[in-house]
Amino acid sequence: MDTKKEELYFVHNTPVPETPAPGQKPEPWQQTQMVGQRRARVDGYERVSGTAAYPSDVILPKMLYAAILRCPHPHATVKKVDTSAAVKMPGVHAVISGMTPATNPVWNYRTWEGHLKKSKLFDPHCRFEGDTVAAVAAETPYQAQDALRNIDVTYDVLPYVSDYRKALDTGTPNIHAEGNQVGQPQTQERGDVAQGFAEADVVLEETYYTACEIHTPLELHGCLANWDGDRLTVWESTQGVYAVQATIAEVLELPLSKVRVIGHYMGGGFGSKGDTSKYSIIAALLAQKTGRPVKLFLTREETYLATGNRPSSHMTLKAGVKKDGRLTAMEFTAIGASGAYPAGGTSLLDWLIKDLYTCPNVRTHTTDVYINAGPARPFRAPGHPQCAWALEQMMDALAEAIAMDPIKLRLQNIPDFSQARPGNPPYTTTGYKQCLEEGATQFGWQQLRKKYAANKKDGNWLRGVGVAGSSWFLGNGFGPATIILKLYADGSVNLNMGASDIGTGTKTIMAMVVAEELGIKPEAIQIEHADTGTTQFASVSGGSKTVPTEAPAVRDAAITVKRRLLEMAAEDLKSKPTDLSLKNGKVFIKNNPSKAMPITAVAKLKQHHVIVGVGNRGPRPTDKTVIPFAAQFCEVAVNAHTGEVQILRFLGAHDSGRVMNRLTYDNQVFGGITMGIGLATTEKRVLDHNHTGKMVNRSWHEYKLPTSMDVPADMQSVPIEIPDDVANTTGAKGLGEPVTIPTAAVVANAIYNATGIRVTETPVNAVQLSQLLAQHRKEG
Amino acid sequence: MAKNKKPHRGKGVTRREFMTNVSAGAVAVAAAGTLGAKDAEATAVIKPEDMVTIDLQINQRRHRLLVEPRWSLLFVIREKLGLTATKFGCERGECGSCTVLVNDVPLYACMMLAMEAQDLKITTLEGLMQGEALGPVQKAFLEQDAYQCGYCTSGQIMAAEGLLRKQPHPSIEEIQTGVSGNLCRCGAYPHIFKAIAQAAKAR
Repeated sequence: MDTKKEELYFVHNTPVPETPAPGQKPEPWQQTQMVGQRRARVDGYERVSGTAAYPSDVILPKMLYAAILRCPHPHATVKKVDTSAAVKMPGVHAVISGMTPATNPVWNYRTWEGHLKKSKLFDPHCRFEGDTVAAVAAETPYQAQDALRNIDVTYDVLPYVSDYRKALDTGTPNIHAEGNQVGQPQTQERGDVAQGFAEADVVLEETYYTACEIHTPLELHGCLANWDGDRLTVWESTQGVYAVQATIAEVLELPLSKVRVIGHYMGGGFGSKGDTSKYSIIAALLAQKTGRPVKLFLTREETYLATGNRPSSHMTLKAGVKKDGRLTAMEFTAIGASGAYPAGGTSLLDWLIKDLYTCPNVRTHTTDVYINAGPARPFRAPGHPQCAWALEQMMDALAEAIAMDPIKLRLQNIPDFSQARPGNPPYTTTGYKQCLEEGATQFGWQQLRKKYAANKKDGNWLRGVGVAGSSWFLGNGFGPATIILKLYADGSVNLNMGASDIGTGTKTIMAMVVAEELGIKPEAIQIEHADTGTTQFASVSGGSKTVPTEAPAVRDAAITVKRRLLEMAAEDLKSKPTDLSLKNGKVFIKNNPSKAMPITAVAKLKQHHVIVGVGNRGPRPTDKTVIPFAAQFCEVAVNAHTGEVQILRFLGAHDSGRVMNRLTYDNQVFGGITMGIGLATTEKRVLDHNHTGKMVNRSWHEYKLPTSMDVPADMQSVPIEIPDDVANTTGAKGLGEPVTIPTAAVVANAIYNATGIRVTETPVNAVQLSQLLAQHRKEG
Repeated sequence: MAKNKKPHRGKGVTRREFMTNVSAGAVAVAAAGTLGAKDAEATAVIKPEDMVTIDLQINQRRHRLLVEPRWSLLFVIREKLGLTATKFGCERGECGSCTVLVNDVPLYACMMLAMEAQDLKITTLEGLMQGEALGPVQKAFLEQDAYQCGYCTSGQIMAAEGLLRKQPHPSIEEIQTGVSGNLCRCGAYPHIFKAIAQAAKAR
């Protein structure tokens, strides 16, 4: 099951060629010169000067603007689309809909079982509010919106179900012919759970709930499409240009070679720009029909409705522990919603239950359902923050029940092998213990726990501290990954890589890897990337796998170039290549460093003008599994009267293998914590279950992200650096997702420490907490 | 339009202040924005002869343009003048991606009509450059890695620039308030705070 989900999540719709093995496995780095330093980004100038052209910034001559008409009902059938008024509107060049068969191609979606199911670009059966109904291209976005308002659609409005907890009730309308259950409920079991609970000294059970979150990256979803004869070029804000290329080619029946997708910069995705959307097809069709470039970027409201979400989760966890802190059994039952199409509503939701702590007897049962709402999409660590919300609060409660420090309870139950993966492979490395211990020391955990046990009150405020830990199911990268590196005769380097830099600093890290191997400055390296026309295949940047996938391939390419360069220089220096080394742009003889020559003087390089090195990602270890680990800590103050929560400081201790760039590393840690604070305290999609089924809060005014006022300025990153040389040749494990997994649970545990109130439902805000505090006072 | 005319939004420096000022307007926008609404009344259409000539003063250059009265300053800056550092994020005064300085005060360009911006001194991110060299706030953002995807960055820098023009030595609380109208979904806030503190020292 897990392998399948892994595939669904990362390489859906993307053809995967075999990964060639690298020519020679290099030795792990010992002392690095460049890797691990704090380096500002190689593309930082572009980003802060405004010269970076994001896809939404691209302007072409004669360009038109498109807009999409979306179904206003959660469930309806389109009977008729009358575009006669719209086509006559000023500035309008084309209108397409389900009534124009030439521009309504087959659109496949994948069932839970992995089968392709045929639908249409404009499917008359609209299964969610925001499903596509028609589209317009006009000279200005204003005129395109005018035209949308003049399209007359006749709908048969159907009964809906928007509450996922009621999706399987009798009498609810079916969203798909097979009913509202997505595939089969998943049960996984090891050991004897009943026996485990019987052995426990304490058994606790609690129901936890996390609200649905919307990704809302700052750059809107969309693209610009332009035809040059039979060749289509698309500038798209995406996490993976090859995934977009594959879908467009499939839907429009074009050869891959005729579809060029470019995504040099992108303004955030967090998983929501990993999949290809209908808008890319619509833009291409409108561009074809009008013979003009067409820019189609959604409105903010559309991104709330139709570009994915982290589904809400309803989770019940029962857990047993012995007085000495050994976990004896866990039983986890959860329900989540894919939305209107199969989209992993409970994807990876039980992973931490099965894998984070040693526990011989575990049973998990998850059910994924359809509802009439926008389909989910992977959202930074699918399933994991929700599961951590349940598991890590439970660990806190168990620790209290057996009068043990919550860190000690966690330390008692750390496994060194995976209990969830088939065959129980050992972890390549695990730094979970160090994350907890070193994090606790740097945070001042013992002192603060003691202090607040004695006195929590600070005027009207109650203070407390919390901890939570986690892992991420996929720490290593995987192929295919191909890198081409060119060393020019003047010593400068061109790096060619298909992967997108989604804001994590991928490009900078790759330049640092090249600099490390070739002994040149990162500034001498120009990177070409994320363009299917000119760069090599790469999978979607997601799953925290971009660095562990691409960096080893970059290193392989750099080593190939270095080997060739040293062979050339050996002729000039009348030496053997193995006796030579590279530093500061110079080749020198290792045991006689005074005998040196600049790269630019190597005779053969001058003749050839360039050395080209191709690098590949080697295979993953088959007998071990690669997992990043984390522990985070925070301190909160809760107003005892109003329920206001102030998060005073946060600390993240992460084992993600080797630290590649300390500056961007810390930035990731703080960003993950910020996003986790959103899950914990501000974010919640609200659907009107009672009356309309529509989404109520489809804007940043009403769906609140953490602002600069909601995060502590005092955040600390404590890397637990254990280079993982078995995982890959750079020793790096994934970072981008692990950093947001434990955060919400940390906040909840700190609030409990401060108030004695266990908040089981996100978001924890003053509205909820003031009620809970009042109840708490009443109960005394 | 009168010279030295103050922008309509007053000193809507922060998102919070801004929200209290225009909450009624925001509701109206939400209602009008209902997706796929089959509105009974056909939308009024601007004819070419209804377009108006305006003068904009952006980054110390004058631009004379023909615009529809409903075009936002943001739309004109980006799509008509090609100054694309100023970003689209929500087009309803929520995110700050389109923050520009209007008479030295950071404002959302999506919430001002291009017509309203006549005779006001508008500065975009491009206007902070000294030729090809970065300005002090930009340099601090680069060095502190005060961004991730970089999309909200121009707005953050403009908010920071506006803050520092008004308060050259801000406290950490003033810094947090100064960029509170600018969302960063990547969560680079701690580095943004550091960058602004560094820029304050450098200026």
